[in-house]
Parts: sequence; structure tokens; C-alpha cells
Amino acid sequence: MFNFGVVTNWINDMLLSVMPQWAATLIECIVIGVILLLLYALLALFYILYERKLCAWFQCRLGPMRVGPWGLLQVFADMFKILIKEIIPLKNTDKFLFGLAPYLVIASSVIMFACLPWGYGLQIIDYNIGILFILAVSSCGVIGILLAGWSSNNKYTLIGAMRSGAQMVSYELSLGLAILTIIVLAGTMNINDLVWAQEDGWFLFKGHVPAFIAFVIYLIAATAETNRGPFDLPEAEHELIAGYHTEYSGIHYGFFYLAEYLNLFVVSGIATLMFLGGWMPLHVPGWEGFNAIMDYIPSVVWFLGKAFFISFVIIWFKWTFPRVRIDQMLAFEWKYLMPFALFNLVLMAVFVALGWHF
Amino acid sequence: MDLLMAISNGELAITATITGLALVFAALLIAKLIAPRSFSVKKAEPYECGIPTRGKSMIQFKVGYYLFAILFLMFDIETVFLYPWAVISRSLGVYGLLSIAVFLFILILGLAYAWRKGALQWK
Repeated sequence: MFNFGVVTNWINDMLLSVMPQWAATLIECIVIGVILLLLYALLALFYILYERKLCAWFQCRLGPMRVGPWGLLQVFADMFKILIKEIIPLKNTDKFLFGLAPYLVIASSVIMFACLPWGYGLQIIDYNIGILFILAVSSCGVIGILLAGWSSNNKYTLIGAMRSGAQMVSYELSLGLAILTIIVLAGTMNINDLVWAQEDGWFLFKGHVPAFIAFVIYLIAATAETNRGPFDLPEAEHELIAGYHTEYSGIHYGFFYLAEYLNLFVVSGIATLMFLGGWMPLHVPGWEGFNAIMDYIPSVVWFLGKAFFISFVIIWFKWTFPRVRIDQMLAFEWKYLMPFALFNLVLMAVFVALGWHF
Repeated sequence: MDLLMAISNGELAITATITGLALVFAALLIAKLIAPRSFSVKKAEPYECGIPTRGKSMIQFKVGYYLFAILFLMFDIETVFLYPWAVISRSLGVYGLLSIAVFLFILILGLAYAWRKGALQWK
């Protein structure tokens, strides 16, 4: 595997040789910010196309085909179209909170995005409590959604925001417990250490039965966290117009759209990190030749491939299951999923204490 | 991660936050410059159903949502207590397992109480 840390270290040394420490840090921070911005925008565009194409194929359609080869340039056209749309000034909104909401939603999703392990030596924020930091930041996005719904001064947005808040905080528990199950197995919360702990096999395979149950719980909770699939009540089109972002127009609406797609990528990335080894290639203990071949595939390709696969599964959910009702959704979380996740946590602790994991 | 040895995590987190804020600010600025603008009284009304809105929209809302938020608060705090245990659960062994079993028992007792009281019922 190629260590990208060599490249960043070389750039850092080059900068330090011509300028003082603070200037080098400043330049590096600006470069990181610009790269983060470009990656964020590019991935969002890719995801919009990815979902439109997948949705079309699930329904035996072709999807966007006219702009560019196989409709590849359609998303760029859409991006420019949304930029030149009018931002309608509304009369009765709470102006400050209405403006603040997109900032909160986008900032929280960019910070989560920066925590993901992209490849060997390619990771931006790396706290020793990394995974807890991601969970904490993801909670801030909920505040943005609640503010958007409340400040719009519209009955549909209020219902959408309330549903979204109840849903996201409820499923965060199962999400946290599924991640906690893997932390018991790994014994660390640092993202880099988590990836390296999976060098001799991904946690999904190392953790016996509880890891597999945790993976299923995580997928269900992640679908609900991103307001997608069978849990898209906050945006139920034929009940609530568009949910919490009904009153937003033009690029103002685009931010919520952007954050929704990026959150899909982020939850897929966390699933990849916790269960499928992050950027770590598929290693089987004892198969030296096989492991060597797998190491030739770049780590970035491994990470993106696994994340896109998880996203594919989540998009698949959407076209397989009908939308649930709010009481069914909350009952499912509090009466089945969360007790089950707690039980699974105890099961994993017992497995680890008895040494039954691989 | 080698780059991280040169820059502290705090600075990187601030960089990411500023990037997010700058993205929104820059996009709004571009839209302000190139998007058309007009104002009419009808257009500025809430998008509801075509006829004027009746009553206020920022009202006290269904208490069911609030109840779930309160329940979430309790269980989330208790989950946060579990994180330090999870990290060192291997070195604690059977003793740690038994003590956390008592903690989880109280937690599940709380859930059972809320369930029995009908807090999980959507009315």
C-alpha cells in the first residue's frame, strides 16, 4: 500500500524550509480547506447522479441521458440552474434563524466529512475520540433542521421539522449503540487505530455474530438518520409538500439537498470504517499471496468502493420498502431496535470477555 | 495522518468549520450576484395551499414529540457513560462485565418503566 503521508510530509518539509512554522501551518490549512471544499462539491454532484441513475434502473428507466455521455453532465447543468434561481424573500419568517439553519447543516456535514479515513495517510481530523466526535457533530445537524422548520413560519415545515427531530434523535441511540458494540471489540475510538485494528480481517468477520447484528442495526438506523428510504416521513411529498425545507428557494434550498446527499456518504463512510475496515484491503490471515494482491489496489479505491456499496444498499431500501407511519417508526425504534441493540452490546461484551471473537 | 503531526487537530477542526461556513457564504454571494430578484406581496406569503394562512404557525406543538426528546436525553447521557467502559472493557475482564451489567439493568428498568407508563405510545 502506498502511504500518502509521505507526500504530505514532503510538502510540509518543503514549506518549512522556506518559511516559519506559523506561515506553513496557515498555508496548509488553506490548502486543506480548498481541497475539502472541492471534494465536498464533487462528491455531492457524483451522489446526485448516482442516486438518479440507480433510482431509474430500479424502475426500468434510463435516467438522465441527454446532457453529455450517459447524462454525466446533467448534474453540472443542474448545479448552475440552481445557482441562477431566484431566492424568494419571505414575509413572515424569522430572518436570523432562517439564514442560520443552512450554515449549521452544512458545517456539521463538512466536519464529519473531514473525519473520514480516505486512504493510507489521507485523513484530516484525527482525534483520539474520533468516532464520538463524529457522533457529537452529527447531532448539530438536527438543530439546523429544527431551526429551518420552525423559522419558516409554515405549518407543513413545522410538522416536517418535528418529525425529523423525533426521528433523528431516536435513531441516534441505536446508531450509537451499534458503534459502541464495535468499540467494545476494538478497544479504541481513534479512527486511525480502528482501521489498523482490522488489518487481519474486518470487524464484520472478526466480531462473530454480534458484529453482524450490529451491522444490520447500523444500516437501519443510518437509513433513518439520513431521512431516507422507508423513513422519509419528514419529506413525505404528498403529506407535507417538501417537509422542513418547503420555504427555502434557489441555492438556499440547494444546501439542504447537498447536506442530505453528503450525509448519505458520511454514514456509508462510518459503516465502512466500523464494519468493513475503512481503507484497509480485504485480508485473510494465512493467505499471504492473496493479501499481497489485495494490497496492490490503492487504499482510496477500497474506501470509496465500500462506501459506494453501502450507499447502494441504502438507496436500494428506498425502492423496496413502503414508507412507514410516524407511530410505527417510533415504536419500531423504542420497542424493538434499541432494546435489541442493548442486548447485542451485552452479547458482544460477553463474547469479548470469553475470547470467542476471532 | 503524517500531516496531522504538523498541524494540531483543533486547528484542523476549525479549518473544516470555516470551510463549511465559507461554502454557504460564497454560494449565497454568487447567487445574490447572478440570480434575478423581484418582490411581490403574493410571492412572499407562506407556501401552504393557495388561500391565506389561518392563525399562527409558530405554536405550541404536540407534546408527543417532546416526550420522545426527553426520553432520548436520558438514554443518550447513559450511552455516553458507556463509551469509557467500552474502550477499556478488555482489560477490565469479568469484573467490568458484571459492573456494567448492573448499570445496564438499571437502564433497561428505566425503559421498562417508560414503556409501562405509556410514554412510548403514540397518541
